[in-house]
Amino acid sequence: MNFFDRLFGKTKSADSAKERLQLVLIHDRTDLTPAELDALRDDLIATISRHVAIDAQAVQIDVEHDGRSQRLIADIPLKAARRRTRKIK
Amino acid sequence: MPAQVITITSGKGGVGKTTATANLAVALAAEGSKVVCIDGDIGLRNLDVILGLENRIVYDIVDVIEGRCRLKQAMIRDKKLPNLYLIPAAQTRDKNAVSPSDMNRLIKDLRPDFDFVLIDSPAGIERGFRNAIAAADRVIVVTNPEVSAVRDADRVIGILEAEDKGPGALIINRLNPILVKKNDMLSADDVLDLLAVELIGIVPEDENVIIGSNRGAPVASDPKSKAGQAFRNIAKRLKGETVPFLDLESTGSLWERIQRLAGRK
Repeated sequence: MNFFDRLFGKTKSADSAKERLQLVLIHDRTDLTPAELDALRDDLIATISRHVAIDAQAVQIDVEHDGRSQRLIADIPLKAARRRTRKIK
Repeated sequence: MPAQVITITSGKGGVGKTTATANLAVALAAEGSKVVCIDGDIGLRNLDVILGLENRIVYDIVDVIEGRCRLKQAMIRDKKLPNLYLIPAAQTRDKNAVSPSDMNRLIKDLRPDFDFVLIDSPAGIERGFRNAIAAADRVIVVTNPEVSAVRDADRVIGILEAEDKGPGALIINRLNPILVKKNDMLSADDVLDLLAVELIGIVPEDENVIIGSNRGAPVASDPKSKAGQAFRNIAKRLKGETVPFLDLESTGSLWERIQRLAGRK
């Protein structure tokens, strides 16, 4: 970035090209729109909640790519099971 | 040894498939390989004009497939390189005049007589593209460092993988080193990061390419052209040689070089 771009806080076009392509390619490759990803997230939360208490607000679902293969990453924090700890004491 | 069959494709139109096919054919033939290139773009033929052979066409690929002539009759010999041949596309028919099995049969007949069969695929991912990759041993995907071309290349690479045609090798065509330097064009590394495939060549933007196509003389035979050098290197890589990638940093006008020396870029 040269002096003037820095002065006006402008991102160089190649950076936006790369960022935009990264997102577009994930959806092209997986056939998964952001809306479908949200639906999947809600389904996952509902299913897992039937078995264990989770912090639904903090659930994170992302598609990551490693080379040309895609992987669905879900980060699902569990709620602390307080009652059980008390019983042991 | 039977021929290696290489299809040149891209998804998006206008990225330089035909130019790449013509130049690789010329470069391979100039090094002594026996080469035939096939124009797979039926209805929109162009490989003939790029090679400067448009006045010699009598029969085309559809004539061969429909039995109106023998294979040898549709093969046009290059003016300068006696071991380079072209099988032109039909201009008055559409892609449905040829099927993938027709292509397989045609290529089978060509294999014993050549070192390389190069197939210039049409743009898109429909019938013409399917015909072009049917008999390929190896597929080269041409792209430009631009969002639409990279996106389409990714689609094509995905289809090639699904069809067990291998991931394909990538040519990044029309890279402008000055724009890359200014961070206003995706670099070769950026494109490779995004597409995650093997790179077989980077071809710099070069006005000689247009001059060459105006004359029907591909730049691969121009010793001074940077793009020509890049295509000659790709041809060597296709033959299994290890050739380092061109240093594209040294291109640019005198003024740009002075600016660079002064640390302004």
